[in-house]
Amino acid sequence: MKMLPIDKRYVWPAAGLERVPDWAYTSQEIYDREVERIFHGPTWNYVGLDAEVPDAGDFVRSYVGPTPVVMVRDEEGEINVFENRCSHRAAEFCRELRGNTDEFVCPYHQWSYDLKGNLSGVPFRRGVNGEGGMGPDFRPENHGVKKLHVTRHNGAVFASFSDAVEPLEDYLGEEMLSDFEAVFSGRKLRVLGHYRHTLSGNWKLYPENLKDPYHATLLHTFLVTFGLLVAGNKSAMIVDPKGRHSTMASAKSDGTAVSEENKAEMRAYRDGLALADPRLMDFIPEFDSPWSVTMQVVWPGLIVQREMNTLGVRQIVPNGPNEFTMVWTMFGYEDDDEEMTRHRLRQGNLMGPAGFLGLEDNEAIKFVQDGMLNSTGGEHLVVLDPKVPAGTSNTLISEAAIRAMYKHWRQEMGL
Amino acid sequence: MSVTETRADDAALRRAARLDIEDFNAAYCAVLDDGNLEDWPEFFTEDAFYNVTSRENFDHDRPVGLVYCENKAMLQDRALAIAKTSMFGPRYLRHYITNTQVTGIEADGTICALANYILVETLAELPEGRLHQAGRLIDRFRRQEDGRVLLSSRIAVYDTLLVHNALVLPI
Ligand code: FES
Ligand SMILES: [Fe+2]
Repeated sequence: MKMLPIDKRYVWPAAGLERVPDWAYTSQEIYDREVERIFHGPTWNYVGLDAEVPDAGDFVRSYVGPTPVVMVRDEEGEINVFENRCSHRAAEFCRELRGNTDEFVCPYHQWSYDLKGNLSGVPFRRGVNGEGGMGPDFRPENHGVKKLHVTRHNGAVFASFSDAVEPLEDYLGEEMLSDFEAVFSGRKLRVLGHYRHTLSGNWKLYPENLKDPYHATLLHTFLVTFGLLVAGNKSAMIVDPKGRHSTMASAKSDGTAVSEENKAEMRAYRDGLALADPRLMDFIPEFDSPWSVTMQVVWPGLIVQREMNTLGVRQIVPNGPNEFTMVWTMFGYEDDDEEMTRHRLRQGNLMGPAGFLGLEDNEAIKFVQDGMLNSTGGEHLVVLDPKVPAGTSNTLISEAAIRAMYKHWRQEMGL
Repeated sequence: MSVTETRADDAALRRAARLDIEDFNAAYCAVLDDGNLEDWPEFFTEDAFYNVTSRENFDHDRPVGLVYCENKAMLQDRALAIAKTSMFGPRYLRHYITNTQVTGIEADGTICALANYILVETLAELPEGRLHQAGRLIDRFRRQEDGRVLLSSRIAVYDTLLVHNALVLPI
């Protein structure tokens, strides 16, 4: 039986962008197409920071989408990214999370690669005693590991499988670039450490969570109670013209300013709670930005976190339709003094797998995936703020940014 | 006093300290597993340091923590945040602290200790439970005037690099 083409089997709901079908989150076939068309397509994928590989030979294991790669600094000071897959029998040859080396030697049959990913050595290439070995036409220069395009911007390193991807500045666009540069301003970064966790949901639910300002005022009691993000605060949900990147932005307010009317809408609001150590919520202005908090999604798999003074990037590594790993790299700046570093670390309690806000998003995402997996196929309702069909909205009570993301996704996926 | 007597004294002191710490940890786990989370900060001194971090960070002197507290007030804020504000699915978490070693007693009486820990998490939808973290505790205890010991520092270093979803309770 001839199979129907994919766009006949996965048909988007007739209501358009106001609905998202469950299959976008649960289908293996859709997931495989995302890897091919999005993560391996014309996108820039964050792989690490310059500051993680300061010296020649420094490397880290990383990912582009689900695909393992190595990011390494070579003798000329350039950063190279190549697949962590031996050209011989496919072994994932780099096993350490990070380190320093002058070459990569695959443990299985000891083929060796230089810091650019070129094949530099094949044991017994000529065989033994004139027998065996490689044929006369074997050309090592044709058997390096798969190399990716690399671009760097003020300390962040991105890679792409695609020859057609536009320059990063164009990929981000002017508005997104300026939010990005609030954090990546050219000030040298100091890495403070990493978190890694697996989330039990489709990877897109994470960018969606950060394009869903509605939840932020409702789910996060802590945020609301201590005045970080309250319906009525100065805030914005900014989307790039293509609908793929976004910045959720807000300016901190005094918690006492919440109106009685808004309090009544928010079950989460708790009057009368106070922090024993209020330094947690101190905001030390240091950025060229009107916002005290920005959560930026750089499509497809990067989140740049500027939660007041706690800074970090989150890299999404999908593991199939129903799960993803997130790798967080927390950082400050090289010129931070001891007290500023401690302030960033203290404020780090808000975010991450045990963060006061962070853990709630992880749980909510799991609940959404559970809801889809444990019931029959259906669709999500994405209808808030109908005056803005898709794109930037001035209100937090909006889902226009999620609609914009699916507009782009459908184009890329041909669905 | 002869060298042998000092050593014997020292061994006895360490054994006594270890027993105190084992009692302490049993009570500590009971509070986290079955008790009131807001009692948890009471196991610490006012100036206590508390950090939960991966071995990846610890071995490379990276200071971040999943939980990072510089004093008892921050521990109280965490207890408050989890107990009063955080949304998470219902679960049981059970802490096991074993293999306690006293590695030294400093001149001011501070006891340095190491222990292993595991944290088992059981969710309603995961009734068989699973290992949530395995790691070690690097502890400093300060003896109080009434003879009790309190933590002046606890660093939980987990070997289990990947956290399942979220860590909702402290270690
Ligand atoms: S698989 Fe790498 S050398 Fe054989
Ligand atoms: Fe959130």
